Amino acid sequence: MRMVITGGRVIDPASQLDTQQSVYIDNGKIIAINDHLADFYADLTIDAGGMIVCPGLVDLSARLREPGQEHTATIDSETRAAVAGGITTLAVPPDTDPVIDNPAVVELIEDRAKKAGRVMVLTVGALTQKLDGQLLAEMAALKQAGCVGVSNGLNAIKNSVVWRRALEYASTLDLTVFINAADPWLQKQGCVHEGTVSARLGLSGIPESAETISVSRDLLLIEQSGVRAHFHNISSGRAVKMIREAQERGLPVTADVSAHHLHLCEHDLGNYDALSHVLPPLRSVRDREQLQQGLRDGVLQAIASHHQPLDADAKLGPFAETQPGISALETLLPLTLKLVEDDELDLLTALATLTCQPAEILGIDAGQLKIGASADICIINPDAHFECWPRQFISAGKNSPFSGWLFRHQAAYTLFQGKLVYQR
Amino acid sequence: MHSNQLTEQGHLRHFLTIEGLKRPLLTEIMDRAEQFSGIGHRQVKKVPLLRGKTIVNLFFENSTRTRSTFELAAKRLSADVMNFNINTSATSKGESLLDTLHNLEAMHTDMFVVRHNQSGAAEFIAQHVAPYVSVINAGDGCHAHPTQAMLDMFTIRRHKQHFADLRVAIVGDILHSRVARSQIQALSTLGVGEIRVIGPQTLLPRDCHTMGVHVYHDMAEGLEGVDVVITLRLQLERMQGALLPSAREYYRCFGLTPEKLRYAKPDAIVMHPGPINRGVEIASSVADGPQSVILEQVTHGIAIRMAVMSMALGSQSDFYEAEA
Repeated sequence: MRMVITGGRVIDPASQLDTQQSVYIDNGKIIAINDHLADFYADLTIDAGGMIVCPGLVDLSARLREPGQEHTATIDSETRAAVAGGITTLAVPPDTDPVIDNPAVVELIEDRAKKAGRVMVLTVGALTQKLDGQLLAEMAALKQAGCVGVSNGLNAIKNSVVWRRALEYASTLDLTVFINAADPWLQKQGCVHEGTVSARLGLSGIPESAETISVSRDLLLIEQSGVRAHFHNISSGRAVKMIREAQERGLPVTADVSAHHLHLCEHDLGNYDALSHVLPPLRSVRDREQLQQGLRDGVLQAIASHHQPLDADAKLGPFAETQPGISALETLLPLTLKLVEDDELDLLTALATLTCQPAEILGIDAGQLKIGASADICIINPDAHFECWPRQFISAGKNSPFSGWLFRHQAAYTLFQGKLVYQR
Repeated sequence: MHSNQLTEQGHLRHFLTIEGLKRPLLTEIMDRAEQFSGIGHRQVKKVPLLRGKTIVNLFFENSTRTRSTFELAAKRLSADVMNFNINTSATSKGESLLDTLHNLEAMHTDMFVVRHNQSGAAEFIAQHVAPYVSVINAGDGCHAHPTQAMLDMFTIRRHKQHFADLRVAIVGDILHSRVARSQIQALSTLGVGEIRVIGPQTLLPRDCHTMGVHVYHDMAEGLEGVDVVITLRLQLERMQGALLPSAREYYRCFGLTPEKLRYAKPDAIVMHPGPINRGVEIASSVADGPQSVILEQVTHGIAIRMAVMSMALGSQSDFYEAEA
């Protein structure tokens, strides 16, 4: 299949390319970015006039619910949602059921993803067996099976000895460790950010220290073990500051933030809106500003969806009894580029946090428009002007707090390995 | 926020929280309760205001006094009352809560009086009931207990003239207290001059001052010159979770004894939402003493609940008129 994308504004954040040219694709690869390629006869021409042509998005963390909770969502349903959001690569955390602690589960996920055939689904293996924080998982086998890193998911390892050994062992294997930083006791106690809103609504709070205690402990052990580590879903300004200092000291540490934490804060809980129930919790306006600043300064290198599709019932109940999580694949792109519309980020930085930078964190060759690269491409309509309507999400999870938000940017076409996998 | 408590005409439809309600409405509740308060002394303790209405007491948490005063209030208004005590551990999660609700609604209930151990439960139920059903919050988690707060305001008004001149201290476990949250909102709305909270930091919400109160950790300072002392019940399970060392130590620091009460004004009144832990948050001699108005609070509870129920069900005419 030979394809050409004409008339678009081609942006490749990795090479700082921003040009009005055509992209030529043959046999699943980008073969030229040029004004005109002689003797090229395209089977398919996509007119991208007025649109942005950029690398397909790379999402550092999305839960697809398969295996284990197929009644909620499947690899098929969620990869359809992903490409509708312009995502062509995503990483799955190990907390599936069964846990990704052996190669069989990796193979199962890869098989299903291949069958769906529209997104590169990567797996992050477990640090400890069954994620129970006691015995190390067979990380070498997981690495060989294709895991791009290891993590203990949302289950913090409480025992500092096990935590230290897990980091050291991962370091031996040159595996990146993905960390959801939360002190298990301080976090488990509450369901919302501890502050004015928790005081008013009478909901038990999770203090900022739940995150910062964990980040500071983790940074010390990262330094000691020399492991390469990545912090997922940072929620507080204080943690951004701690990570910045660690990076300045030369520690191999990166971090991401969710798109929802960049737009929402504790006040968005309003009247016990369970759709805003998420972990880590939405924090103060000041935290949100410092997260945005962290992106501008490059302390946070990526924006991730932290997609958690849920059943409708999961959000029906008194706030503390509802399940935390946001269905976020289809809002990742419009929310990130809304920061550009609001002058919080420039376009190139914003696209870098969705493409080449997360790809670099995963250590994979993706998220770039370059000759010879797999033609994973997202074509964005910057003037789509649409209202977010979660009930129409392609994802099986309709749990989004962004109902009624007005967005401008939207994925119009998504190409995966040179194949048109989505078209609006 | 919480605007769905009022109908478009500004009448009370649900009564979920004090937050967002204006002073004239709170005054109206108290004025109406004043009218109802005489009924208890009559030979026939009934008025036919809610004849033909069905009220369901939906209690997901144990309560004797609140439930029985709601029941009595409904009966004095001639409504039909059903009581459901639902063990929360038996109902699994939100789904079955809604199921329970819709089943009861199918019996053409006009009003739910709800108590639940989760903050926001009454709000959640109000969002999901049919448009002709009213919901009264009889206490939700640590969030709100608006009828308790109103009966406390009513009691204060009976003893003190102007809210604006008053200094009120609330003592104890503010963090977990739905009563305290509603009282603070009611006192602010009614324009009370100074609201104080007294307790150890472990029992006060973070950023407590944003609720418009002055924070004290010492009884002598906090009670200095106050007109009203409200002591809160200390849940004895608070010793778990490292919030307090012991009931004895709590009594030593924050128990209301005759000695500590002397810091307040000589004519200060002492209130407690009940049930009382004698010798934990309050000394018996204070609870039963001349400054205590604790039993009056219980009596006033019936009149306040009659007022709120009749107002909420009265606003149903707004709905039926709109339908017609």
